[in-house]
Amino acid sequence: MDPQRGMDRIGDLVLRDGVIQDVIWEPQIAEPSAERRVIDVMGKWVVPAWVDMHVHLREPGEEYKETIATGTAAAVAGGFGAVACMPNTKPVNDCAAVTQFIVRRASEEGYCRVYPVAAISKGLRGEELAEFGELREAGAVAVSDDGRPVMNAALMRRALEYAKAFDLLVITHAEDLALSQGGHMHEGFVSTKLGLQGIPAAAEAAMIARDVLLAELTGGRLHVAHVSTEASVWILREAKRRGIPVTCETAPHYFTLTDEAVEGFDTVYKVNPPLRTRRDVEAIKEALADGTIDVIATDHAPHSLLEKETEFQDAANGMIGLESALPLVLNLIREGVADPLTILAKVTCKPMKILGLPFDGLEPGSPANVTVIDPDAEWVVDPERFQSKGRNCPFRGWSVRGRAMMTVVDGVVRYSMA
Amino acid sequence: MAFSRKDLLGMRDLEVDEIETILDTAESLKEINTRSIKKVPTLRGKTVVHLFYEPSTRTRTSFDIAAKRLSADTYSIATSTSSMVKGETFLDTIKNLEAMRPDVFIIRHSASGTPHRIAQRTTASVINAGDGMHEHPSQALLDMLTIRQHKGRLDGLTVLIVGDIAHSRVARSNIWGLTKMGARILVCGPPTLLPSHIEQFPVRVSLRLEPVIPLADVIMVLRLQKERQGQGLLPSLREYATYYGIDRQKLAQAKPDVLIMHPGPMNRGVEISPEVADGPHSVILDQVNNGVAVRMALLYLLMQRHESAV
Ligand SMILES: [Zn+2]
Repeated sequence: MDPQRGMDRIGDLVLRDGVIQDVIWEPQIAEPSAERRVIDVMGKWVVPAWVDMHVHLREPGEEYKETIATGTAAAVAGGFGAVACMPNTKPVNDCAAVTQFIVRRASEEGYCRVYPVAAISKGLRGEELAEFGELREAGAVAVSDDGRPVMNAALMRRALEYAKAFDLLVITHAEDLALSQGGHMHEGFVSTKLGLQGIPAAAEAAMIARDVLLAELTGGRLHVAHVSTEASVWILREAKRRGIPVTCETAPHYFTLTDEAVEGFDTVYKVNPPLRTRRDVEAIKEALADGTIDVIATDHAPHSLLEKETEFQDAANGMIGLESALPLVLNLIREGVADPLTILAKVTCKPMKILGLPFDGLEPGSPANVTVIDPDAEWVVDPERFQSKGRNCPFRGWSVRGRAMMTVVDGVVRYSMA
Repeated sequence: MAFSRKDLLGMRDLEVDEIETILDTAESLKEINTRSIKKVPTLRGKTVVHLFYEPSTRTRTSFDIAAKRLSADTYSIATSTSSMVKGETFLDTIKNLEAMRPDVFIIRHSASGTPHRIAQRTTASVINAGDGMHEHPSQALLDMLTIRQHKGRLDGLTVLIVGDIAHSRVARSNIWGLTKMGARILVCGPPTLLPSHIEQFPVRVSLRLEPVIPLADVIMVLRLQKERQGQGLLPSLREYATYYGIDRQKLAQAKPDVLIMHPGPMNRGVEISPEVADGPHSVILDQVNNGVAVRMALLYLLMQRHESAV
């Protein structure tokens, strides 16, 4: 299946020297020989390698949570051939040296492509712009203060303007801190029952409204990270209708879980933005179907036991997602939210296009980046067997359907089941 | 009726017959408190550990007296900071406590859910003595016992809870407990102190006191934390006292046999005037007295389960 060209057919994929040589839509019974290896994937899906434009690899600085090696190993095990990593490392990726470090580490130890996202502001402090030009040259593909919103509207305006000179995407973590302050979960009936201070949906939607207006003002390319509420969706839908240059993503947990999951005070469900209500979940699915939400990203955020085994209000935000995303994304297809090519586009060609990166898909002559999916493989999620160092997976013990059988990155088989 | 729970964490998950068992047991144990030698050997050899991460002399003393009247050995670990602040992990804390082999932990914590999380990780019984803004079940039970003693029933009564509902674990526990027993709940407070989605609770809401005061059989006055003003939730304590404080003038509109309750400690002159606090309708000291009996009942019932399990 090639979501870029809308192809969904049975055929043979011929690879040579790491490059897609041919796609033969009339399948032939190829004979294995000395120079030809044949992998029978009858009944499986051969798709462009998945792309996750929002992960936290934790290196440099918090290697006890994850490293570029373990994070990218988790990526390929989940079917991803490329990831974009957020800048909230220690030190923050706000200068060329850190970006270069990540790029080098990824080429030495990484299992998949790694695209660094650099900071919008120095130290993520929201005061001064980082050096976008140098960051771009060092290999950054976008800028974001992810984890922290840029509270100063004037600075956000300057970021969107300045980024245009270097064709950088500006990714916003939309959260009005004055509204979310002190909150530990979604503000609603469940938070009131549990006596946990809530974060209203408006904390996200109000910030998106501001940033959309700034994108209109500046013409800068804006991408909204991890959209989780119904109100966010209607603001974005309207913005797109007006022709404002904005794109956005959501994560599997926002179309799979609700705030009711927090009932047992299990900190694995603590994430920012928080899990929302059934109504928000339905709105997210609708927005995935009608194209308001362009991309599905995991916001893979590994934490050690230390950050999670504590009182709910003190626990760190975040859940891992690279190795559990695929079956949850396929659920959207099974539930009839949208057809396979529409959904697959959100994890393949769309994120690459938004990041301004070339996407070849299954085009002959392109580097071979391919994921083989068994859509019917049934398995039980067991984070103890994950490649990620993180065990903060909310889907532990879930019976799911759909699994990556093989991930090929630039012609090299980086992951293969069995 | 046998009481088969390991823990007492909140009123939301208690069944009606369990609540009745607790109240009936408390009633029968009350008599011990009137003897000249206020001690029975029921829990001799049992170890009760108070784990108070938030200062509360009243509740801790009440639980301590309850345990000692049943001849249990009690230990107190009081700290105003959370375990993480001291550099010890949450799991370490629990492992250490478990090594002391206690039979009951009585836990007060400023973080909602902490007693639940500890209960999942220990074989000892856990009693929630108040967690964050979540629940305070022993307070609700002593409130219910007090109402039952004065009114002879809970079913069909109208209980008005006034004040800072949003931050009150006492309000939450009473809402769950009293509605299960057939009482109607009215809540009243300024909108900034009413929690999100309060309309989804089994309560009726009034933003002003005047229309609801005449309807109440019981008025439960909540303590107002003075810092709510600094958090921008109130313009001033003076205005709060004017519109939501229970004074003699407002009480004149109430039923002649209305009960006035307060979980303490009181801000006299803010949420309650001194004349009302000490007046003929007030049952505030009965609440304190019933607190010991209810806590004796909880310890007794939880330990009885241990006995039958062996
Ligand atoms: Zn974020």
